Amino acid sequence: MTTDTTTQGNAPGATTPGRTVLDARGVTMRFGGLTAVRGVDLTVNSGEIVGLIGPNGAGKTTFFNCLTGLYTPTEGEVRYQGQLLPPKSFKVTAAGIARTFQNIRLFANMTVLENVLVGRHTRTKEGFWSAVLRGPGFHRAEKASRARAMELLDFVGLAAKADHLARNLPYGEQRKLEIARALASEPGLLLLDEPTAGMNPQETRATEELVFAIRDQGIAVLVIEHDMRFIFNLCDRVAVLVQGEKLVEGDSATVQGDDRVVAAYLGEPLDNDPGAAEAAEVEAAEAHAGTHAGTPADPGTPADPDPAAGQQNKETDR
Amino acid sequence: MTTQTTTPKTPSPATPGGATGLIGIPPHLGRALATGGGALTVVSTFLAWTWTSAFPGDLTVYGYPGGLQVLALIGGALTALLGLASYGVKGLRWLAPAGADPAVKFAALATLATTWYTVIAISAQLGGVVNLEPGGYLAAAATLIAFLGALALPFRHPDPDPFDPDSTSWERFRHTTAQRWGTVRAAFAPGTPRPAPTLPSWAEILVIVAVLGVALTVFTYGIGTEYDELFVGFLITAGLGFAALHRSGLIAQVTEITARHQNITICGAFVAAACFPFTQTDDQYATLGVYILIFATVALGLNIVVGLAGLLDLGYVAFLGVGAYAASLVSGSQSSPFDVHFPFWAAVLVGAAASLVFGVLIGAPTLRLRGDYLAIVTLGFGEIFRITANNLDGTSGPDVTNGSNGIAGIPDLDILGFDFGTHHDVAGVTIGRFANYFFLMLLITAVVVLVFRRSGDSRIGRAWVAIREDETAALAMGINGFRVKLIAFAVGASLAGLAGTVQAHVTYTVTPEQYLFAGTTPPNSAFLLAAVVLGGMGTIGGPLIGAALLFLIPNKLQFLGDYQLFAFGLALVLLMRFRPEGLVPNRRRQLEFHEEADAPAVLGKTGA
Repeated sequence: MTTDTTTQGNAPGATTPGRTVLDARGVTMRFGGLTAVRGVDLTVNSGEIVGLIGPNGAGKTTFFNCLTGLYTPTEGEVRYQGQLLPPKSFKVTAAGIARTFQNIRLFANMTVLENVLVGRHTRTKEGFWSAVLRGPGFHRAEKASRARAMELLDFVGLAAKADHLARNLPYGEQRKLEIARALASEPGLLLLDEPTAGMNPQETRATEELVFAIRDQGIAVLVIEHDMRFIFNLCDRVAVLVQGEKLVEGDSATVQGDDRVVAAYLGEPLDNDPGAAEAAEVEAAEAHAGTHAGTPADPGTPADPDPAAGQQNKETDR
Repeated sequence: MTTQTTTPKTPSPATPGGATGLIGIPPHLGRALATGGGALTVVSTFLAWTWTSAFPGDLTVYGYPGGLQVLALIGGALTALLGLASYGVKGLRWLAPAGADPAVKFAALATLATTWYTVIAISAQLGGVVNLEPGGYLAAAATLIAFLGALALPFRHPDPDPFDPDSTSWERFRHTTAQRWGTVRAAFAPGTPRPAPTLPSWAEILVIVAVLGVALTVFTYGIGTEYDELFVGFLITAGLGFAALHRSGLIAQVTEITARHQNITICGAFVAAACFPFTQTDDQYATLGVYILIFATVALGLNIVVGLAGLLDLGYVAFLGVGAYAASLVSGSQSSPFDVHFPFWAAVLVGAAASLVFGVLIGAPTLRLRGDYLAIVTLGFGEIFRITANNLDGTSGPDVTNGSNGIAGIPDLDILGFDFGTHHDVAGVTIGRFANYFFLMLLITAVVVLVFRRSGDSRIGRAWVAIREDETAALAMGINGFRVKLIAFAVGASLAGLAGTVQAHVTYTVTPEQYLFAGTTPPNSAFLLAAVVLGGMGTIGGPLIGAALLFLIPNKLQFLGDYQLFAFGLALVLLMRFRPEGLVPNRRRQLEFHEEADAPAVLGKTGA
């Protein structure tokens, strides 16, 4: 695996905004009376890693599904490299957007190699007759696919396990395999839905390096994540989604320093609350700290993804 | 990244200190009893078991075994040989690469079951044990001794699990029962086989040839069993004997060798199958052979739809019907409204094309559904085909299919001057009508196997499996789910149509009632699906073996009569409980060697 140890310190400065890869405008998704996503705009430029954060139920995954054709947005439009996205998820993949899933969705009873080969589906075109007749073209394409798949497995560090069943891989490797499978479709934009969920710090760190390595290949990346340390290390830009609406967008420092983000995660102080003064003090201190949170050593505690915090937030909502 | 490598535990052939058998006979005595009992059984089969020839099979003669005695002889010999192998006798060690003890238990059980079944059948049929000759008593005693001896062989007992002192007596009873059952299971559990030795490739091919020869012999013996008792005995011996060889680790080694030479194995299997008609003296059992082959071929076609793509199709037999009707309509039959007589190659094309069209017509609206909904809709379409064929009789609709009378008098095939209707002499052996069709059907089977194998291991085959595993993820990987599923459906349909064209000529008559959802005679949709599930989804051998069993068992066990479907259901439930992956497990299952301890989950989520 190519280990790129780029850290947040120099990443944003190093990246010059390239051409726009993904352009979502006013995306709204309604399910009956429920509006899960409301008028969200988001752009991703080439060579950029963009993060999407928000408390549980904020509509991140719904927004993701709108980008990948799993849902067709009720309003608004999504363009990929200037082209309006087709409404079918397999066509979106063919266009060049690949994704991973929040709850791993590998083909459990296929081998690791086969999983990646399935990802090559859109970039090969051998059909049924070609498979039955097995002309020289078939063998050539199959060989090329396998070579490319092994390359990708090598890239994520799973080459030694190519013949194992996907379901027998440990959790962290399943995540890696899902990324390799997505990369096999040769995407211009990779969407990662919580790539470090359930990982220990070492694995998270490895994933971080993997994402940088992917970015260095010229693939734009959009990440949903709860792990704030991970997101603020990784991303050039972060958008915060709260209750279906985009609250704020900007670089790590801006987002960490934003009062509304803190409020969204921790809840707003109640009026006449006896602890309000202290809370405000803490918040101010945190906001202050946040403005300096430019180094990985101080990864922005205020918006740490404490499940309890999310819970509290929900309770205040009620 | 840490790579976990689990090395398989080396089999411990020696008795761990203190390990005992299931019953209280000293192990060394038990081993001697098992081996001796096996040998004694072999001797007893050369004696007379009964005095009258009223019981079928030649059990009255001293000097050579007959009928069920042959089966007992095989079981006894197997027990004795495995027993000797457990002593570590040189030259027999290859018999039990995973340790002989569990294998001896199964072999002894096979012999016991076959012999006692015979003895009891004689007593019951002829009215009392007085009808047994000394040979019968000797056989019964010898097998019992062998089995008791085998039970005394040591095994690794499961760790005792102390029960909760607070539990009620019922819970305690359940606990101890579970514990005892666990012990019994452990007594019969196989060891880990050592990997197959790498022989020179000519030797491995010889092994494959020998295995195929044994398989052909077993199959021919089974198909040629002349009376119910012999077939039951055959099932008992074959089933438990196979289990014994499986426990000995021999089957695992053979599988390893055949996996190394897949193409040779498949070609060899076809050669062995082609040898089958030469083993038959008349057409009686060759008939069974053709019907089994038709059934098996259609089941293999269904395996593409169900086993690979995971589309639960409950109306698959309709495509066989479409092919058969299409071929019969252009066959020049008197009852066909079309006055044409196509050559066979054209009829095959017409049959396959008609099925293809129907497959696409039925698939296009239904394949947008998933899981259970698809199953229900295909079930409906299967029935629609049958009812339509019934109604296109000139009164309820246009006269196409001749209604419930069907298309009768379909002439025999004549390809390049070779008349399939008459018998021919090949190398001194008479090849009858059904044997002719057997060879033709074998060609069709070869086509289906080729399509299954090649499409399964390709971009399109991987897309099918991906759709079966997780349709949403497959779509997200750029697979056009609908299109890929439609291809699977259409391919499956045309392969069934292909088989249908031959079936029309074999049966002379095509009627709607041959293509039911469920009936007592295969092929029908329920039996086809059962053959796939029973044999093993996603494999080639599975549906072939499943179809052979599902055809032979109702055909041979006439005494079951009205209970056939009941027995069939019971067998299916038991199989799903104890071997959900089917008789021939998928290659993917075997890749799970790292999780040996875990009970395997069901492989295919059919349609779900």
